[in-house]
This record gives sequence, C-alpha cells and structure tokens, in this order.
Amino acid sequence: MKTKALAAVLWELLAIGILTACGSSTEYAEVGAEEDSLITVGFSQVGAESDWRNSCTNSVMEAFSDDNGFNLIFSDAQQKQENQIKAVRDFISQDVDYIIIDPITESGWDQSLKEASDAGIPVIIVDRRVDSDDSLYTAAIGSDFELEGKKACAYLKAYLEKTSYKGEVNIVDIQGTIGASATIGRSKAFDDAAKENGWNVLAQETGEFTQAKGQEVMESILKRHDNVNVVYCENDNEAFGVRDAIEAAGKKVGTNLKRGEILLLSFDTTRAGLTETLNGTILVNTECNPLYGERLASMVRTLEEGGTLEKHTYIEENQYSANELVKSVVVDGTTYPVTLLTQEILDERPY
Amino acid sequence: MSFRRILNKEIILPFFCLLAVLLMNLIKTPDFFDISKTNGAYYGFIIDIINRGSELAIISVGMTLVVSVSGGVDISVGSVAALTAAVITNILSGGEVSANLLHAPLLLAIAAGLICACVCGIWNGFLVARLKIQPMVATLILYTAGRGIAQLICGGQITYVRVNSYRILGTNFAGNPLPTPVYITIAVMVITGIFLKYTSFGLYAKTVGINSEAARLAGLNPANIKFIAYLICALFAGLAGAIYSSRIYSCDANNIGLNVEVDAILAVLLGGNQLRGGKFSIVGSLIGAYTIQALTTSLYAFGMSSAHMPVCKAVVILASITLQSPELRRLFKKYRKRTVRTFFKEATEL
Repeated sequence: MKTKALAAVLWELLAIGILTACGSSTEYAEVGAEEDSLITVGFSQVGAESDWRNSCTNSVMEAFSDDNGFNLIFSDAQQKQENQIKAVRDFISQDVDYIIIDPITESGWDQSLKEASDAGIPVIIVDRRVDSDDSLYTAAIGSDFELEGKKACAYLKAYLEKTSYKGEVNIVDIQGTIGASATIGRSKAFDDAAKENGWNVLAQETGEFTQAKGQEVMESILKRHDNVNVVYCENDNEAFGVRDAIEAAGKKVGTNLKRGEILLLSFDTTRAGLTETLNGTILVNTECNPLYGERLASMVRTLEEGGTLEKHTYIEENQYSANELVKSVVVDGTTYPVTLLTQEILDERPY
Repeated sequence: MSFRRILNKEIILPFFCLLAVLLMNLIKTPDFFDISKTNGAYYGFIIDIINRGSELAIISVGMTLVVSVSGGVDISVGSVAALTAAVITNILSGGEVSANLLHAPLLLAIAAGLICACVCGIWNGFLVARLKIQPMVATLILYTAGRGIAQLICGGQITYVRVNSYRILGTNFAGNPLPTPVYITIAVMVITGIFLKYTSFGLYAKTVGINSEAARLAGLNPANIKFIAYLICALFAGLAGAIYSSRIYSCDANNIGLNVEVDAILAVLLGGNQLRGGKFSIVGSLIGAYTIQALTTSLYAFGMSSAHMPVCKAVVILASITLQSPELRRLFKKYRKRTVRTFFKEATEL
C-alpha cells in the first residue's frame, strides 16, 4: 500500500514537473563592448498566443535592432504575470536604459513599477493597460477601441448615405467578452452611434469573441427577428459564426441592403477576416494594430534626446473594405481614410 | 402504473424541471415551439436545443459513468475535446493553418482523433484506477495539459479546414432535415444503452460505486471497471470535440469545450444523480444536459442581455437542484403529514 502511495506521489510530481517545466525564457543578448553606444531596452511580452501577438513581437524586434542603435533584451512571459514581474526585476538589475511592458493583467504592477522608477529607469506600457497610478510609468500607448467602434459606425452611416438607403436600419451588436476593454470601447461607440442615427437595435448579446458562440447567438437572434439587416460583430471570429448562422437561416450576407442582404461589420483585421472582407462577406473591417515597433522606437529616441512624452497615446489604425463607395470616414471632426482592400495589400500584411 | 408510482420515480423531477424551463417560454415567446422548414432543414428553437445540446449530452453520458463508478468527476473532458479537435483538424489540414482541401481521408482523421481521446482516457483511468489518485486531481493533469498540447499541435493558432465534407458532423447531412449531431447523440445513447444492458457493466459500475471493497470481495475487479468508465468518458469527450470542431470547421484550442466539464457535472446532478457515486441514471443526465441547453436557448429567445444571463441561469439551476434535494423533500413530507394530522385533530375536536 505504502509503495503504491509513494508511486502515486512520484507520478504526480513528475506530471506537475512536465507541466511547469516550460517556465519563462529570456533571451539575454550578450552585453558586448558596444554597450556604450547602444541604447539597452528591456521588453517583456505577453507570450506568443496568436498571429497578432507574433506580429507585435516581430515589429518591436525589427524596430529595436542593433542596426538602429538598440540592444533589445526580449523576454517572453508565456502568459504568466509572475514571469513578467521577474523579467522586470531582471531588467532593473541589469540596469537597462528603458523598460517596455505589455502587461498580461491590469493589476498588481505597483511594486514593480515603483522599483523601476526608484532605479530611475523610464517604463513604457504598451498595448494593454495597468491600473497603477500613472506617475509610476513614463508613457502608455495602446489601441483606442472606442475610436475603432466610432469609425466602423461612421462607415456604416456613410455607406447608407452613399447607397441612398432610406429604409429602417435594424442592427444587432454581437459583443465581445463582457468586461474586456475592446468590448467596452466598441460597444460604447455602437450604443452612441445607434442612438444618434436612430438605428433600431434589435439585440445586443455577447459572442465571447468566438466563432462558436457568435454562431449560436446569431441563430437565436434570427429566429426572434427576421428583419435584421446589419450585424456589428466585435471581432472577426464572431463574424464568421454570424455569417454561417445567417446562411443556415436561408438569408444572404452581402453589400446590398435593398436586395435584402445583411451587412457585416467586423474588427481586428486578421488574415482570415480580411480574406472574407476581400470577397465582400464583411463590408468593413476596422484594424486593431499590433505594429508598435516604430512608434516605440521613436518614443525611446524622444526620451533619449531629453524630450517628454504625452502620457497616454494611441496607435494609428486603419480600416479596410473591398467596396469603393466610401473613401473616408469622419469621426469627431477628423477624417480617416478607408483603404480599398486588394489581394496585394492582403499578401503584404505581416499578420 | 398508478400516478403516485410515476411521481415517485426518480426521473420525474429532472423531467419536470426540463418541462418547467420549456413552459417558461410559452408566456414570453409563444412561437418558441414553432418548427418551420428552411432550405430543406427543420428550423426552430426546439431544433436548436436538441442540436446545440448534443455535445453536452454526449459528454454527460460519459460523466455519469465516471461519477457512478468512482464517486469523482473527470474535469479533463473539455481539454480532451479540444485535443481531439486539434488532432483531427491538423491531420486534415496537413499541418497548415488553413486548408481548402483535405490532406487525409476524413474518416482516418476522425479515427485518429478518437484514438487520441482514448489514450487520454487510458491515462486518466490508469491514474484513478491503478494508482488510486483522487479523480479530480488525476484528471486535473489533462485538464491543464490537454489544452496546452492542443495549442502546441495547432501552433497557437486557429486551424481552419474549409472543406464542406468536414462540416457534415456539425451541420445537416446531405439534405437531411435534422442536424447530424442529433443522430450522433441518438447513436451514442443507443450504443451505451445496449452496452449497459447486455454486458451488465451498468450493474458492475453501480456495485463498485456503492462499495468498491464489497465489489472486490464479490469477485469483481473494481480497477478494471473504473478504467473502462474513464476510457468511455474520454472517448465521448473526443466525439463531442469532433462535433464542436466540425461546427466551426476549425480548431479553436482555447475555446473548444471550455468549461463544458462544469456543465456536464451539473447535467449529472440535474439528472438526479448523486456525486458520491453508486446508483445512476443515464436518462436523467441526458435530461439534465438538455435542461441546461434549453435554459440557454430560452434566455437567448427572451433576448436577455448578456450581462444578466449568468444570474438568471444560476437562479433556475439553484431552484432545480433544491427541488431535487432529498432532504427538502423529507421536510416537505413531514410538514404535509403534520398539517394533515393537525387538521384531523382540529376536526375531531370540533
């Protein structure tokens, strides 16, 4: 009996060992003689969970290359905050010049940020947010989700005007995961635009950013309302599910409201999403840009030259459509161009 | 059979709960029970329930056996489903992120996926039956690792198989009016029914679940029986994974079967089964599974906002669980008896 119990414990340990063996991996660049001339930057990345994330990493790596005068220390946190905190501590002990963090979670950063600020190292927060006091970091740059939503709504409004559609706009919002910042921003823009333009909101339910849930929710909405003509999907995966549900209900997705086709708006511009945009399934796809590299590099250069940075800034984001009717959208007085999507543009995109 | 005998049957309460959930709709959405035909396929909320509830129903069958035999739960079912989906889609896509034609025969890929699920079952069974590790701890390993391995197979991305033949498992089969998952679920029910009836596995499972030591003394091998239960559970989880994946013609390793273990355990409970093992009712679990799906579909039909849905679900589930609590029923009986007695007493005193 005892040996069996022991064997059990050993197995357990072995299994847990296998599970946790993949800890954080930090690629330490050798600190060479050129150290003085190069700006050393520590970058703690979330992980490599998606194409989007990989493009983000590659863009930063390219922008902070040796040729550009940087010595980048890259650390992959593999989706664990403790790895990130450890990485930041490593950066501090190596006395890097700048620290860039793409935080996995919003909370729990006070201590690390304070250590960095005590050591006099400027910290730039990228992509996601931290809920720490903003005196603890130098600058933050991310996506403006509300602007993304506003641009999509402005596109819809412009498109309806261009096609001189006078009928009722019966719109459905397939939200992302409740509580996610992308959902909050995009939903708020949707709510405001619907109220402002008098769109008839038939339903607003979460598809949890997944294709399966988007399909299930849309299936149900179509059974309740047979007059849906626009669907605002808060990411590409949901849009695929919504398309399948619409087709299963015997309706058509397309660009012509007058022929009874249903318009799809989507976000994120993943490769699969843009492929569907190119063939006209998705009317307009609003970007969530992962290419932070150049912006970060210029921010670091500004700091290096003794300049100051704005605390919170947003990255430029594009909008893609295969339909050439609307060439630009206006949000709050600013004009944003809409890129006409072609196969060449799609092929050139890194993600 | 008298009315009272029917009422005392254990299955009646879960059935009553399902009925109550469905009848809620009569008031709010009267066209809930309408079934029409679109593109040659039946179309309606009821169809949605039996279609969307398929995966959960299949998993609950396996979960019931595991609960009965070991008095514990298999929390790795969701991960096993994701892993199976990853194996199938990656064989079909030839390891590419997106494929427009099949790189391997469909049946071969599905078989490989199910074999992979069986290997998971063997691992779980080995840990629980041979090494006597607590079921929840033993299956926790695959719960964590399974999804990780699935991610690894998919290279951390969603693998798409954009081929119509792969969608058969999740949609309607060659103009058939009912969705394929419904037929698969029926097949699973029939096969399990026959298996339990004609191999006396059901009886053995109950015996081992009630008292493993007594079963051993009676000449059964409890380890083997537990092992088989975990194997079946993982196989069914894999089958459900294939359906999940076929519905979205892709493998989203992060989300396939996410949290389904909780729903499956709930289905087993709603079916009037005891989590400590022993006696079980597969039919009860199936009703439990469809109750959960009926609730989700009904809430969608109500047009309830996403933020309120979990609360509403929790209330209904709490009500059905308490309704089935034997303790509550005993209290209720006692109270009824007392009121009857006092009524007679008062009557005679008058």
